[in-house]
Amino acid sequence: MLSKRIIPCLDVKDGRTVKGVNFVNLSDAGDPVELAWQYGQQGADELVFLDITATHERRKTMIEMVKSVARQLNIPFTIGGGITSVADAEALLNAGADKISINSAAVNNPLLIEELANAFGVQFVVVAVDTKFVDDKNLVHLNGGRKITALETTSWIKEAESRGAGEILLTSMDHDGTKNGFDCGLLATVCNSVNIPVIASGGAGSKQHFVDVFQQTGVDAALAASVFHFGEIAIPDLKQELKKNSIPVRL
Amino acid sequence: MIGIVNYGAGNIFSLTSALQRLNIQYGMINEKADFDQYSHIIIPGVGHAGAAMKKLEDTGLVEAIKAQTKPVLGICVGMQLLTEHSEEGDAKLMNIIPVKTRLFDKAGQIKIPHMGWNNVSPKNNNLFEGVEDQAQFYFVHSYFIEYNPTFDIATAEYGAPFSAGIQKDNFYGVQFHPEKSGVAGELVLKNFSKI
Repeated sequence: MLSKRIIPCLDVKDGRTVKGVNFVNLSDAGDPVELAWQYGQQGADELVFLDITATHERRKTMIEMVKSVARQLNIPFTIGGGITSVADAEALLNAGADKISINSAAVNNPLLIEELANAFGVQFVVVAVDTKFVDDKNLVHLNGGRKITALETTSWIKEAESRGAGEILLTSMDHDGTKNGFDCGLLATVCNSVNIPVIASGGAGSKQHFVDVFQQTGVDAALAASVFHFGEIAIPDLKQELKKNSIPVRL
Repeated sequence: MIGIVNYGAGNIFSLTSALQRLNIQYGMINEKADFDQYSHIIIPGVGHAGAAMKKLEDTGLVEAIKAQTKPVLGICVGMQLLTEHSEEGDAKLMNIIPVKTRLFDKAGQIKIPHMGWNNVSPKNNNLFEGVEDQAQFYFVHSYFIEYNPTFDIATAEYGAPFSAGIQKDNFYGVQFHPEKSGVAGELVLKNFSKI
């Protein structure tokens, strides 16, 4: 049976991991390669690297970092942030990235999804969506949540699927950082609307939240950052808890 | 030493990185004469099977691959190229192993692509020596190789059973990505290098 995936997300700036990482065994908490390797050892199923400054400051993700990660890591990883063209994506693919994730660039230029899918296959194209509940609607937000759009979240996700997205990474900005659990209502709606894998993001604070999102929605994976980075949830413990609740995981 | 058929279908950085981590020597096969330098051959591949076959034909290496008596391992689309036909692009493939590559049934209760870690039941085969039953491997694909008991060496299930591994004589194929499948995947690569 296909396992539900647990995905730590690492924020990267100038090829260095940022945002407090508090791992006991790390000699250099800012080294994405060492951190990635540690997560692989712990049983993470996949990693996402987000160049958090990329869109805002128009920086390209560091190709050299991607190569270093690919040399060391024996699980798949996705790179997001600042990818606006087929050429950007191709450089990352050639550096060893398994998937790329596009967010604002896809909204600004929906044809980019088709171009990427045609060039590299749908399995390579993750469309990341930041959503916020505004005036009774879930609306897509851009540039790390700083810019609101008129796009209704579920309909944008369906459009992304029809254009060639192979996977959706859905972050609820209402839940992100609260540690009160994932946005199971919206995630369930989205999963019922598309036939591609969906990654839940935003709100993880406890192991039970992961159990909830897998039991209450059709998501394929759950992503979190701080609960993993600060050691609040250890991935092996989390997987045992999921298994205890009859959720298929890779142990 | 392993020779990797270099025909431009997808990136091979992850594969060469995995071989480096395992201390397995490798080189690239760009033309027919290069086959002589290697004891084992890997055909990688990501993307569209029809397009990949076209690229492979453009290299002029198809006949040399078919004539191989050395161990050959096709990975993902590289495995599909060993089969007779793919529904992806209605493509005629190398037909080294007479099975078909088909699209997952969209009408089934499954998401496409099949993406993530799935259990594999290996049969008693040297490629999977030491791999536990139900070990998990990383898959990313929308097309699959139909289950055929004659050639199946590892079965997985997604909506219906399909072949995660096939073999005919010296030709092997795996649908998952061993270079991305953690320790289990590394074991498969090691095993292949020892066949």
